[in-house]
Parts: sequence; C-alpha cells; structure tokens
Amino acid sequence: MRYKNLLDLGLTEQQVKENLMFTSDKIGELMRVAARSDEQKQWFGAAPPDLTIIARARGEAGNAGAGADWLYTYLRSFYRDANRPTGWNNTVFENVGMPHILYGLQGQQVMNHETHKLELAVPGSMAPAEFDKSVSDLVGFMVWMGEPQQEYRRTLGWFVLAFLAVLFVVAYALKKEYWKDIH
Amino acid sequence: MAAGNFEKYKSDGSLAGNALEWVDARFPATSMWKGHLSEYYAPKNFNFWYFFGSLALLVLVIQIVTGIFLVMHYKPDAALNANGVPIAFASVEYIMRDVSGGWLIRYMHSTGASAFFIVVYMHMFRGLLYGSYRKPRELTWLFGVGIFLCLMGEAFFGYLLPWGQMSYWGAQVIVNLFSAIPVIGGDLSLIIRGDFVVGDATLNRFFSFHVIAFPLVLIGLVAAHVLALHETGSNNPDGVEIKANKDENGIPRDGIPFHPYYTVKDIVGVVVFLMVFSAVMFWAPEGGGYFLETPNFYPADPLKTPPHIAPVWYFTPFYSILRAVTYPLFGLDAKFWGVVAMGASVVIFAFLPWLDRSPVKSIRYRGPIYKTLLTIFVICFFVLGYLGTLSPSPMGELVSQVCSVFYFGFFLAMPWWSRMDKFKPVPDRVTFK
Repeated sequence: MRYKNLLDLGLTEQQVKENLMFTSDKIGELMRVAARSDEQKQWFGAAPPDLTIIARARGEAGNAGAGADWLYTYLRSFYRDANRPTGWNNTVFENVGMPHILYGLQGQQVMNHETHKLELAVPGSMAPAEFDKSVSDLVGFMVWMGEPQQEYRRTLGWFVLAFLAVLFVVAYALKKEYWKDIH
Repeated sequence: MAAGNFEKYKSDGSLAGNALEWVDARFPATSMWKGHLSEYYAPKNFNFWYFFGSLALLVLVIQIVTGIFLVMHYKPDAALNANGVPIAFASVEYIMRDVSGGWLIRYMHSTGASAFFIVVYMHMFRGLLYGSYRKPRELTWLFGVGIFLCLMGEAFFGYLLPWGQMSYWGAQVIVNLFSAIPVIGGDLSLIIRGDFVVGDATLNRFFSFHVIAFPLVLIGLVAAHVLALHETGSNNPDGVEIKANKDENGIPRDGIPFHPYYTVKDIVGVVVFLMVFSAVMFWAPEGGGYFLETPNFYPADPLKTPPHIAPVWYFTPFYSILRAVTYPLFGLDAKFWGVVAMGASVVIFAFLPWLDRSPVKSIRYRGPIYKTLLTIFVICFFVLGYLGTLSPSPMGELVSQVCSVFYFGFFLAMPWWSRMDKFKPVPDRVTFK
C-alpha cells in the first residue's frame, strides 16, 4: 500500500504527511513496517502476519464480515499470562506470539479462572466502551486496507451489469432481426 | 488443378477491393473467411448447449489478455521480502492494492479460471447429450480431450503462482502423487519440483509452464479442434448429418452460414455469460470460497501444513476418485492405483467414440437406459466433486467408492448397454420450430 491510497479515505495529503508518515517522506511511497521481519522473528518467535490479510483469510464463505468479527474479538481478548514469554495470552488465539500492543489504551485484563471471563485489572487510558469503539474503527480500517477497492468494485458492478443489460437488448434484437428469415 | 485464390477472388475495382485482391493472391484471407465463417454451414437447430464452444474461446482470450497484464506486475520469487512475506505473494497483493485496475485484472483471471472449467464441462456434457464425439467427429473429440488435459495442467501450474498456503500445499500433494509410480516415481517428482520440497525452483518452472508452454500447446490444440470440426461440420441436437441432404448448389438444406447467423446468436450468449461472469467477479470474486480458497490468503509457509488440503473445485471429482482407491494390488500400494484411477478417469473420455455402440447419436432418439445412466453419471460426478472438497471420512470414502465404480462402469460397460436401449426413429431432417 502507498501512503497516497489513504487519500481515498478522505484524508488530505497534509494530514497524511504530518501524522502518519514515519518511515518515508514521499506520499507515493509504499508503507513499510519499521521493524524488520528477522528482528521480529527473534523478538516474538515468528514474523507477525499482515492482519489486513488475516481479515480476509478468516472470512468465511458467504460471510464477509466473519474476518472482521474475529479481528475485533481478537484485539480485545488479550490477558496477562505470566507463563508466556511476552507476558500476554489471548482467549481466541491460544499462546499467541503477538504481545498486546494496545494495552496502554485498554489496560490489563486477567483471566478469572472461576468464571472463565476476562476482567480488567489495571484500567488503561480509555474507558472500555471507548476502547471497543477504537478497535472497531481500527478493524474497519484493516478490512478496507485488505482490499481497498472493494466498495468501488461493488459499485462498478452495477454499472457494468446495467451496460450489459442494454447490450443484451440490442444483441437480442439483432439476433431476432437476422433470424426471422430462417424457417 | 483447382483455381488458385488469385483467379477466384477478383477486385471490384475499388481501393479496398484492390487491396484484398493483392492479399488474396498471397494469403488465403477471403477463402478462410468463407470456409470458416460466411460459408461454413452450421445446422440451424443449435440450442442452449451450443453456446459453450464459442464461450470457451472467449474465456481463453480473457485469460490470455488478463494474463499478459498480470505478468507485467507479478514476480515469481519465493524469497522473503523485507517484511518477511514471500515476494510472489506480496506481488499479488501489490497487484490487488496498488496497481491501477490490478484488482480487476486479477479477479478477471481468477474468476476466468473457474469459468473456463464450468464452460468446458458444459461443452463436454453437450457432447454426451448429442453424441458429438461419434463418427466422423472422433478427432475433434480427441483434440477436445487434449484441450481438457492441457487446461488441467495450465490450471494446476497457475494455482501455485499466488504462493498462498493452498497453492503451496496443493502443489506439494499433487507433485508427491508422482512419487507413487514404481521405480521412476521418486526421480520424476524431483524433476517436476526441481527441488526436494516445493520451493523457488518449483515456482519458477511452474511459472514458465503456465505462461509459455501450456498456453502455446493449448492454442495449437484449439486450432486443431476447430479445424477438425470445420472439416466434418457440426453435429446438432438431433444428431442428423446435415451434409446428407444438400440442395442443388451443394449447400446443406438444414445449414445456415455461421456468419452472420451464429455470430449474432453467439453475441447474445456472450452478453448473458458476461452478465453472470461480472456478477461473480464484482460481487463474489471468492466464489463462496470455491474460486479463491480462504487458506490462500495466508502466504505459503513450508513449516505449517494446513489442517485440510483440498484442490480447487474443478479438480475435486478426480481427486475423490484418487482418494477412493484404498486397496493395494499386485504388491503396489493404494496410492499408486489411486493415481492410475485418477488419470484413467480423465483419459477415459478419449475412448467414448469407440465405446458408444448405439445406432443413434442424440439423446432425443435414445431410450430410457441412456437417460437413466447419464443422469446417474452426472449425479456421481457432482457427488464426487463435493466429497473432494471435504476432509476424508469413512462415510465419504464409501460413497466415493460407489460413485467411482459407477463412473468407470458407465464407460466400460457402454459397448453393451448402449446398443440394448429402445431407440426412436431418427428423422431425415433436423427439427426446427
């Protein structure tokens, strides 16, 4: 993805340049992860996957929202686990390698082994409802980024089908006209 | 000696006419136009099933043109880029997100692959319905079987290129099948892979096969298929030879020039096909997880085997037959016989012209035996196809064994049952309302 693509979301070039471009200074340049994958492999045991693709991979046939739902729950389900090297575990992805990068916002959850529910032990900088809203925005962004042209694709489909429908009428009339003398 | 094109096609005096005369004296332009289009007489009673030949040609063109554009941006490289993603996989994502219109080209190509098989299966089924493979069209049919085999190879090689999990492990499984062949198997699969595991060498040679070798052969076979067809003339839903009844000018009484009659008719078919094609491409390019399988959104990982490896839907009937064979025989293990059965299940179509002994061609004049058996055959084909997408299970295995036995029985017992039927009299002329 290029930084330029963010303009499709309604951001201005100025906003993108000032707030989002840390690894590059050209708006037409590809976004790159600051940490190299081999370093990340050392830190986390595995190179982190591209979550925008995970949104598509986790999507089920006929249910395009499934991948988004999974990501939303996943990002909200980290909890403290002293047995993990990162100190974090996740209820929807057991023994996950990724640490909880949003804990500053969400706070720290712990697993209550009696009720099997997550409880907020240390509050973060956001209230739970506020955090959920942010995560859903984030997931929405990642789903968009997974296939930036998907909305345009669906819209374009209507125009193409409308054109073909007109073409069908013409083509069918042409066929009728030619074939009327075949008995 | 027959008159050359130079004597036959004279200019009408206009500039265009003079130019055409010049060409005709050097290249058979007018004679080919007449022989294959404007004076190629096709039966006038073609129905729905006769659209799929020209549609297959259309899809071939779509695949070639979109393929040309994909190759401009795709990189067949299994090495990891700076982000730890295989370059081949990343280049496909790059096409999807950053290349202008790249998503459209890629979806056309991926939807086109499935559309190709749908159209070709319909086209083959038409042959079964109306006996299109019967004398004198055996060679047309054989070229057709060649096209089908070639298309399977083309699809298989192409499926590795996005370098997703299913690409990788699907190729791993299929290439490993060759190792089941006694004596040469191990070396053969090594040659195909170019390595001991599916890797960069495999990706590069599959790329080469997919974009050069197989398309070349495919186009050659398609040309041979059409030339052979135009030599004998087309069959039709009545299975009547229209050339047996010609008027005083030597033109079949039931024939009409392909151009303009079938060109304008095929345009209608093309538009309807494109509507269905576009609906899938714009609104459901994943094809419900069958056209683009969801595991393929994960980059290939040689260390992580997916829990369930299934080939793409168009291979699943044959894959089911492979899995249905579970008995070792003559000291060779079941896997080998599975591979043999899978190969045989495709190649057996080539023998149809000689297996079918019925006195009539078309299903319209055949009796209940053919209609019943063909129906069961189609059901078996669908059931096998469905089972091939699922993980193995004892019940599935049993059902696929029953279906496989019927599948082969349909062909192998055809010389006997095809002549036992109750036939209706075939008319002299085609039926046309």
